[in-house]
Amino acid sequence: MPELRFRNLTLGYERHPAVHHLDGTVENGALLAIVGPNGAGKSTLFKGIMGEIKPLAGAVERDGFDTRDVAYLPQAAEIDRSFPISVYDMVAMGLWRSRGPFGGFSRKDHAGIEAAIGAVGLTGFEERVIGSLSGGQMQRMLFARLLLQDARVIVLDEPFTAIDAKTSADLLGLVEDWHRERRTVLAALHDIDLVKASFPETMLLAREPVAWGATATVLTPENLNKARRMCEAFDEYAEACAVAAE
Amino acid sequence: MLYATLIAPFAEFEFMRRALVGILALALGAPPVGVFLMLRRMSLIGDAMAHAILPGAAIGFLIAGLSLFAMAGAGLIAGFLIAIGAGLIARATQLKEDASLAAFFLISLALGVTIVSVKGSNIDLLHFLFGSVLAIDDPALALIAGVTSVSLVVLALIWRPLVLECVDPGYLHSVSRAGGPAHIAFLALVVMNLVGGFQALGTLLAVGVMILPAVIARFWARDISAIIGTAIACGAISGYAGLLLSYHANLPSGPAIILVAGALYAISVMFGPVGGLIWHALRRRHLEA
Repeated sequence: MPELRFRNLTLGYERHPAVHHLDGTVENGALLAIVGPNGAGKSTLFKGIMGEIKPLAGAVERDGFDTRDVAYLPQAAEIDRSFPISVYDMVAMGLWRSRGPFGGFSRKDHAGIEAAIGAVGLTGFEERVIGSLSGGQMQRMLFARLLLQDARVIVLDEPFTAIDAKTSADLLGLVEDWHRERRTVLAALHDIDLVKASFPETMLLAREPVAWGATATVLTPENLNKARRMCEAFDEYAEACAVAAE
Repeated sequence: MLYATLIAPFAEFEFMRRALVGILALALGAPPVGVFLMLRRMSLIGDAMAHAILPGAAIGFLIAGLSLFAMAGAGLIAGFLIAIGAGLIARATQLKEDASLAAFFLISLALGVTIVSVKGSNIDLLHFLFGSVLAIDDPALALIAGVTSVSLVVLALIWRPLVLECVDPGYLHSVSRAGGPAHIAFLALVVMNLVGGFQALGTLLAVGVMILPAVIARFWARDISAIIGTAIACGAISGYAGLLLSYHANLPSGPAIILVAGALYAISVMFGPVGGLIWHALRRRHLEA
């Protein structure tokens, strides 16, 4: 049963497509890597999945879940690091969907928060203000929050960029745990070797989908070259797209 | 001796007791709102909104004299209009936000002063601009108490969305629709507290009881709950000490309260545990880990 379906999806800004005619399904429990050069439309695709932008054509179909049920880690979270909030409280916000704006936390909730902080290797950091964290520690903290969200679908936009190797390995372990728990995980990644090693399914996106399927068949030198040749800039003089919309 | 200085003025004079109750009530409701203003970098917007209340209150004065109901009501309306206007301007012209706000509050101030001068005397004008905390009557006390109570309840209700909207608005938007309503409720709290503070401190200084305790508290605490607690304490101390200062030195009380807060601020900038300048200057041995 498919989790997510893209029907001839075109997403973009001011009529210029950033994702052009994407069609296909993401199965329940998939572990899908989205790979492509800069400007390929990966972040735009995620914004489309999260409903932050409306499609220029086509549709995103979510089977039985709402965008608020998706745990989303954007590429550059607009977090105010000078805000006086502790790591513990930031992570605890992961319980929003279950506790809401007013719900109190039970002992079990507190245990869950501590377990999440432990799972990302930040035990001892609970009372630190978020402004005192390094980039890698901040990313671990956001992963802990994702853990608590307990979401069926998890979308990660370049989660390991600018993160050291040990942190990447630890966080990748969490992603693999999610896969074992049959959650659906989509991740935009730049590290081809990491994708080949850990992700069974890959979509190679270069504004238009170049290839989508088992990683070994998708990440061939031929396909990668094709993706690299994609033009990054929008064409100011482009005509209206001739492909018929459905 | 100590009794005569610190307690006697309040024991002997009812107007001093009223002023103290009024200012302590304000110090309970306004500083928490001020902490959020400061953290959201809206301190100047708060100031602009305070100035905007003046023409509203002045129109109320014009229509109904020194009626609290008229002035507070008209002030509230003016405050809300400015809050909405500031929001719209911020969205439409991102680069020019500070310039539009400057225009807004200069115009409101001039408009308000003009309107008051049409009907009132110079004394009235001084009361509008700098407050008359020593002349707080029962209706004014009731207003302040009401505003503070509502403020604390609403703040408790919108606490989580408000905090999250400050620190990670993207996340809040992805899990909830509470961000927008929380923001509007917060603006309403700012306007209400400004109208409440207007009686005691006047338009020019009403925002002081919000912002100054918040800024002081930033130097003493690291966590938001602790900052709010400290801000309330600082507001209360400034109110109490300011009233005493105005009594013993025969100074206008509103400014005296703000000056005491200012002195606390200066001390905090120098010696505050969190980022105080003196700690930068002293060379202390660094810790092991």
